Parts: sequence; C-alpha cells; structure tokens
Amino acid sequence: MKNQRVRVEYLTRVEGEARLVLKVKGGRVTVAEFAIFEPPRFFEAFLRGRDFREAPDITARICGICPVAYQMSAVHALEKALGVTIPPPLRDLRRLLYCGEWLSSHALHVFFLHAPDFLGFQDALALARHQPEMLRLGLGLKKAGNELVARLGGREIHPINVRVGGFYRVPSREELAPLKDTLARAAEAAHATLRWVAGFEFPDFTPDYEFVALSHPEEYPMNEGRVVSSRGLDIAVEDYEEHFVEEQLPHTHALHSRLKERGAYLVGPLARYNLNYGRLSPTAQAAAREAGLGLPELNPFKSILVRAVEMLYAAEEALRLLEVYEEPPEAAVPVSPRAGVGRAATEAPRGLLYHRYELDEAGLLTAARIVPPTSQNQKRLEEDLREFAQGHLDLPPEDLTWRLEQTVRNYDPCISCATHFLRLELRREERD
Amino acid sequence: MPKKKPTLAVWKFTSCDGCQLSLLNLEEELVELADCLDIAYFPEASRRLLPGPYDLSFVEGSVSVPEHVEQIRRVRRLSRVLIPFGTCATSGGIQALRNFTDVRDYARLVYERPELLPVLAESTPISQHVPVELELQGCPPNKAQVLAAVAAFLHGGPPPRTPASVCLECKRAGHICVLVSRSLPCLGPVTQAGCGALCPGWHRPCYGCFGPKETPKTASLARWFTERLGAREAELVRAFRLFYANAPAFRLESQTHEEPTRQG
Repeated sequence: MKNQRVRVEYLTRVEGEARLVLKVKGGRVTVAEFAIFEPPRFFEAFLRGRDFREAPDITARICGICPVAYQMSAVHALEKALGVTIPPPLRDLRRLLYCGEWLSSHALHVFFLHAPDFLGFQDALALARHQPEMLRLGLGLKKAGNELVARLGGREIHPINVRVGGFYRVPSREELAPLKDTLARAAEAAHATLRWVAGFEFPDFTPDYEFVALSHPEEYPMNEGRVVSSRGLDIAVEDYEEHFVEEQLPHTHALHSRLKERGAYLVGPLARYNLNYGRLSPTAQAAAREAGLGLPELNPFKSILVRAVEMLYAAEEALRLLEVYEEPPEAAVPVSPRAGVGRAATEAPRGLLYHRYELDEAGLLTAARIVPPTSQNQKRLEEDLREFAQGHLDLPPEDLTWRLEQTVRNYDPCISCATHFLRLELRREERD
Repeated sequence: MPKKKPTLAVWKFTSCDGCQLSLLNLEEELVELADCLDIAYFPEASRRLLPGPYDLSFVEGSVSVPEHVEQIRRVRRLSRVLIPFGTCATSGGIQALRNFTDVRDYARLVYERPELLPVLAESTPISQHVPVELELQGCPPNKAQVLAAVAAFLHGGPPPRTPASVCLECKRAGHICVLVSRSLPCLGPVTQAGCGALCPGWHRPCYGCFGPKETPKTASLARWFTERLGAREAELVRAFRLFYANAPAFRLESQTHEEPTRQG
C-alpha cells in the first residue's frame, strides 16, 4: 500500500497515556510518532524548598510501578551531596530491595503487558483462560517480588522504609527468613518463564542500537557503576549531563534525550544485558544461551527473554544476599544537612534513572533534575517504529497496527515517569 | 442461563499508576474478580476496550488539565457507581502542591513559554467535579479496602468505612508510640486509618499518606509538635503540606503556619 495512516489513540497495556501515529506516503514512512499526552506534575518544581529527607518519599510518587528505583536514585544522589557513605550491609539491603522491584516490575510486563501480544491475546486474563498454569507462574513471580519489597520496604507500592543514610528500621534475620522459599520458587518460575517465552515467534528486526547502561566491575548493575555504551562511552555518573541532552519536540509532552555526539540510544534490560552479560550469575548466563539469546542480542522483541533472564538473576541474587544477611547494628548512618550538589544513576527496571539535587546549608532542596528511562528511550523508540513499519508495509493494517503497538511495548514504556517534568510549549524546529 | 456479569471500568487521570497497580497486585484475587466482574475498560491491562455504560468505575488520578473537566463528567455519565481511589483522586495528590503557588511560577522554572501550558491552576479531587458514591483514601489505597469496596458493590452491603485514626491501628498492633517515646513528629493522630499503622511499625513517624481522618485535631497536634518537639513553623507547613496537601483540614493547618506575606 502506498499511502496509509496508522493511529492508535490510546495505547493499551502500557503505563500511562500515549498515542501512536504513523503516516506513509508513496510507500515511505514519513511520520512515526510516539506522542505522550499524560499531564505534567511538576515534580522538579515542587521539590524546591522541601527538606532533603522528604525526597525519597516524594520522588517515589513519580511512578507506582518502580517507586524503589526513584527512592534509590534519590538517596544515592543526596548521600553524595551530603558526603555520606553507606556501610556494606546497608548497601546489600538496598540491592536486595531493588531485586524485589525488578522481579515484580518485570513479571508485570512479561505476563500482563507483553506476552499477550505474542499469543494473539488482548490481555493476561485471556492467558488465564488458555494457559492458566502460565498466568499462575507470572502471578507467583510478581507476588514474590512484591513480598520482598514489602518485607523490607514496608509495602509494595511506595515503600516507607527507605531513608537518606540507610533505612528507618532493618528487619531481623527471622523476619526475612520466609523469603528464602519464596525466592527459590521464584528462581525456578523465572527459568520456566524463560523457556516458555523462548518458544514465542519473534519478527526479524535488529536495529543499529547504541546501548547505554551502568557497568560495575564486580556485579550486575543496580545501584552503582559507570555509565557505559556499546560505542565506547565510559564516564562517571557525575559527567552524565556533559554527554546527554534533552530536547523538545512539538508532538509529545515529554522531552527526548540524546547523546550529544551520536543521537538516539537505548537503555533498559536489553542494554544492561548486552553490556553486563559477564556479571550475570553462571546459571543466568547458561539460561540465556539455552533460550537462544545472542550476545549481543539486537532484537527488541526479544527483550521479553532478557526480562526473564533478569528475573532469574534477581531471584538468585536476592537469595544470595539473604543467605549472608546479618542484621546491621544501625539502620542508618547519621546525616547532617549541608550545602552541596549530588548526582546518581541507578538501574530502574526500565533502565538508567538519573537524579541530581542541589541543597542549601539547611538541607532544603534548591534544584532537582530527574531523567527517567522512558524519556531517554523515546527517540530510539520512534526510530524503531519508523524502521519496523518501513520493513512491514505489506502487512494488513490491523496486523501492522498491532505489531507497532508491540514495538512500543518492547520498551515497557512508563509514561507517568516520562512526563513528570515535561515542557509543553511547542518549539517549531525541523526534526532530524 | 448465566447471569450477565456487572461491568468494571478503570480510568486514569493525573497520577503515578500506583492505584491501578494495586488492582493488578490483587494477584489471585484478580482472577477471581474477573469471574465476578466483566473487566470492560481497563486500558493499562487490556487491548479489549468495550463501550459503556459501566456498572462500576474506579478512577485513579486528579483533575489537572482543562480537558479532564469534561472527561470526568463523561465518566460519571457512563458509570452507575463511581469510586475515586487513591490520594490524587480523593484530594488532588502531590501535584496539588502547585495549588499553593501560582502554577506559572512553577512553569517558569522549567518552561520557556509558560503561557502555553494547558494546565489548570489547581489539581483537584474527582468529587469536586462530579458526585461520587465512595472514596478510598491512601497513597496507595490498601488492597483489602479495594476488595471490600468491590465486595460491597457486588453484594449490596454498606461500603467499608473506618472512621478512626492511625493511632487506633497502632495501639492494636502493639507498636510503641513514636510521638511520645521517640519524640518524632507523627501525623498518626490526625490521619485516616487503613495502612495498618505501617510507619510507626518501622520506627518512623506517620507522614499522613492516607489523608485526614474525620474531624482531625490538627491544631492541637501542631501545638504538640511546636511545644514538645521544638518544631518550627516552616516544618509544620511541610508536614501538613505533602501528599494530602489539598485536603481541607491539612490545607488549612499548613496555611496557619505560613508567613503572613503569602497571598491567599
């Protein structure tokens, strides 16, 4: 077909509100837009004047799906500003908490948002009718992650136990002990999930990505590391803003990030996996190979496999941390207000999440900057839409539409995150 | 003949998606819920979107942009029973912090041309725009509350209400009072029960994320904070002006402690 228009007014099975617009003229894709219309909430503005101790609770509300990610980036950035170092046992507990969020967030995406596409289902409830044992598996994984977050963070959504300097209270060994069985079962369930999704059919699609993720010499990255890319970027988090910029585009409510030198890039599970495969556990590595994941793996439709690998890793890593857990003598190190600037990035389930805060001598925030993974991926997502559509214009319109929705869901976009800071005025400028 | 199941719709306004997630977090109960209700409109969970009217609607999020005003009226027309749930839908949410300033001041901080911002000056609860059958407070609301509301809808019982403060739950749980014994500024005495006294159980003061209880004695609590904990006025403003900043009782209390130079 020569001229065509694909318009999905309200994208389903994504977190937040966005539409998808594709225009084809004379057999060429002329417009491929992922347009976010979620209203702004002005987090960066109202954080000004708040006490630094409030930032982890406030920024958690940017996203109900990944509140731990916001709390983690916030406390690490603020601790840098305040010159605080966290002792290893508290550091481990934070990693344990993050494992829980990775598990529940990935399980939500794999089973509720992504897998139905591969099976031709409208939703996970159809999965309940046709493959109830698989939905049970998914619910079990999600519940395991939620249970971990709740036992350590107080509750699943917007946990209350994270503070600058550590935690409000650290659980005893006994309180955490019941998690061992749960997580051992979750590791098995994640492996079974991986085998299941490895049997899906994947369209042949391998864009020329620049992957960006944290990288740490000893561990698969969560709370620490340098920012690296598949094209040689290797910088300290402190230099993030020197290399990445955000730009405004007329069609969307959220800013697009790009690498100053090279443009679009990809963050998230696929990027983490490609840049940190060597730091996965041996079982997770073997499972990834067995599932047929390449290295590098370039097909974004296979991000569902990577999420399953990361669930397996997160369950195992959580188990390892639980085995060695000794209740730290103090729940938090003392923190006193002082003026300063702090920056941190952590790996949210959806990818790199950057925070910067400026504080005055009383510990009140004078500036905040937050760059979530979805805004970083937007530009690359649109390039995927354009490239995928160009290669599949022969598909019947309904099929093309569904495939393009799936191309969006590959990213697990979190639109509530992407628009917390959005700038709405239009700046008319030539794109590309 | 099988009886036709009542239909459920889940709507999003300005929010973090956490309340919708509290529905998905029902896990096994969600599958049971789908046996009792036809999930007819839940875009975050399904591509299948059936046209209304709907028997039961849950609404997440606050009214914060001009088009929301008409949208919520439409949702009301389409819904037999309408239940706003969560802090945003029941009070305006954290984004209602802008209600205490000129939203254009916020906009100027980040936007080059703030006059083009199509946002309302205030973020407001659903009930300020349309009548509602029940409100579920909490950031996020407790899963048990959500289930109880659905059960009441299905079986016609009275809607779940606990007109008590967090203190009651705290005493029941046997926690040591963080306000008295640890001298921490706890909002528990004025905050609606429902969380199970979560924060005091983790040795931190309640920060009021379930909003004001009925007839909260905010002034006497503020006086306690000042006289016994040495809290400064600015700290009192921040304490009452957080996730339920726009709820009348907390809003008035925070304004009481503000600099007199501020404009109404």
